[in-house]
Amino acid sequence: MNRGTSGFICAAMLGAAALAWSCGGGGSSRVLIQNKGSDTLVNLAQAWAENYRTVNPSVGVAVSGGGSGTGIAALINGTVDIANASRDMHPQEKEQVRAHNGKDALEHRVARDAIVIYVNKANPLEKITIANLACIYAEDGKCETWSSVGAEVPGCADQKIIRVSRQSNSGTYEFFRDAVLGNNKDFKLGSRDMQGSKDVVDLVTKTPCAIGYSGMGYITADVKVLCLAKDASSPCVAPTPAAAKSGEYPLSRWLYMFTIGEPQGHVKEYLDWILSPAGQQIVAQNGYVPVN
Amino acid sequence: MEKDREHADGAHGLGRSRAALAAERLIEVVIRICGFSAIFFVFSIFLFVLLSGSDFIVHRLNVREFLFSTEWVPTSLSNKRYGTLALTVGTFSVTGLAMLIAVPFGLGAAIFVSEFTGGKTKEALKITIELLAAIPSVVWGFIGLVIMNPLIIELFDAPIGLNVLNGGILLGLMSVPIIVSIGEDAIKAVPDSYREASLAMGANRWQTVVHVLLPAARSGLLAAVLLGVGRAIGETIAVLMATGHAVQIPHSPLDSVRTLTATIASELGETSRGSDHYQALFTIGILLFALTFIVNLSADLMVRGFRGEQR
Repeated sequence: MNRGTSGFICAAMLGAAALAWSCGGGGSSRVLIQNKGSDTLVNLAQAWAENYRTVNPSVGVAVSGGGSGTGIAALINGTVDIANASRDMHPQEKEQVRAHNGKDALEHRVARDAIVIYVNKANPLEKITIANLACIYAEDGKCETWSSVGAEVPGCADQKIIRVSRQSNSGTYEFFRDAVLGNNKDFKLGSRDMQGSKDVVDLVTKTPCAIGYSGMGYITADVKVLCLAKDASSPCVAPTPAAAKSGEYPLSRWLYMFTIGEPQGHVKEYLDWILSPAGQQIVAQNGYVPVN
Repeated sequence: MEKDREHADGAHGLGRSRAALAAERLIEVVIRICGFSAIFFVFSIFLFVLLSGSDFIVHRLNVREFLFSTEWVPTSLSNKRYGTLALTVGTFSVTGLAMLIAVPFGLGAAIFVSEFTGGKTKEALKITIELLAAIPSVVWGFIGLVIMNPLIIELFDAPIGLNVLNGGILLGLMSVPIIVSIGEDAIKAVPDSYREASLAMGANRWQTVVHVLLPAARSGLLAAVLLGVGRAIGETIAVLMATGHAVQIPHSPLDSVRTLTATIASELGETSRGSDHYQALFTIGILLFALTFIVNLSADLMVRGFRGEQR
């Protein structure tokens, strides 16, 4: 028994030592800004990080995706300096930031985006209304076939609508839910929940029956973008940069970066550069709309 | 062994022997630690999973809803629901289809490798099959996403290629190497006297395999299959990518599903620590633990039975 116990303790100590060793390595004098969150923003954040290398070679920016919720959770837990998000922070997330860090989260609007409704190239549909989207995606919505929204899609078996959605920690998922389904409604179960913004567009590109929503930065030539109308009587608006900027496009939104309190030092310099003309030029290059 | 050591001690003198003795003791301790650490880690992990979900399990878990409701809506603003039936059915439908593919292929390959080949072909086959086991699951998932998806849409006129069929084929191919290597061991373990007796009775090789070797190795082969099942149930990334990740009860192999493992993988990162959603995911972990434990336990019991018969 005694020998067994000491064995346990030794094993635990060995484990701890191995951990300490593996984490201790790789120190360098270079400053590293940790940046994580929204999949909508991940390509843009990567582009900023790469370009910033030429602006300030002594600062590196490590970018990863995972979803807005993931980024904000990491900010709360103190593992990142900047969280990317494609939605507002929830009240309880703000509270958690305060409780864990003693400071409020500060919101920085870094770009403007439109949630684009994507369908396959084979789909003859040109425009769609918010009500139709709700009918397709909402829990109590009755639209199961393309015929029910007035389309006949060649190459689509049984005209069944394949709903492509996002995993539940995505800011795009929450924005779409609140803006389209409304009133605390939920998504109809059985949608294909993709792990990234790009995956949605990829799947729609390859699947004739599919419909999906994702950021405007993921528009390609191989997929069809629908013109979106608020209701049956309003004109439909294409997700152009101008319409996203003016808010005329019904699903336009801000993309955010969050820091804990006023950013300091290198983080402040980085955020200032992002909001400068040089940083905002990269926003346009990535298919989003600059803030100013 | 004893004699060898005495000989070595004699050759290197007394001082050397003390060092050798100390080294041996040290090695003994290290090996002991390795042995106990396995138990330690398994129990720590189980305890961690259990404790992480404990508050939810004790106070707010509706066991009936959790096990028998198909509605998994953990992020709803108005009505959060934690039903895992669709996920469990998803896991078992993909695993079931995988076994339909993997068992005939795996056992067939095991019989072929063990009984019908020899020399270089046998070595080449074994190495190739083991290589199949070395392909990372994310690569399998990628194959499902990029190659199988359009292929299934084309061949079956399906609305979408990310479905039970896609995930089942991938998991089947991933389970084959396990079934082959353990199945081959089981067949090889049948004493040669069985084969000789069968051939002496005038049976041909096929009859020997079907009527003598397979019955004699049956518990070992069952264990091989169950370990394959365990692999399939636990697999995450490949099924996350290939099954379409949709919460629904499938009505045909061409329907998308979502599995228990994929749900944990895709949702755990978002949840704030200690929330109901976070704890519900750990409760899924316990469910998964229980399922794989049952599979592994049955495999273990069968291996014991197999060993007992051989004795």
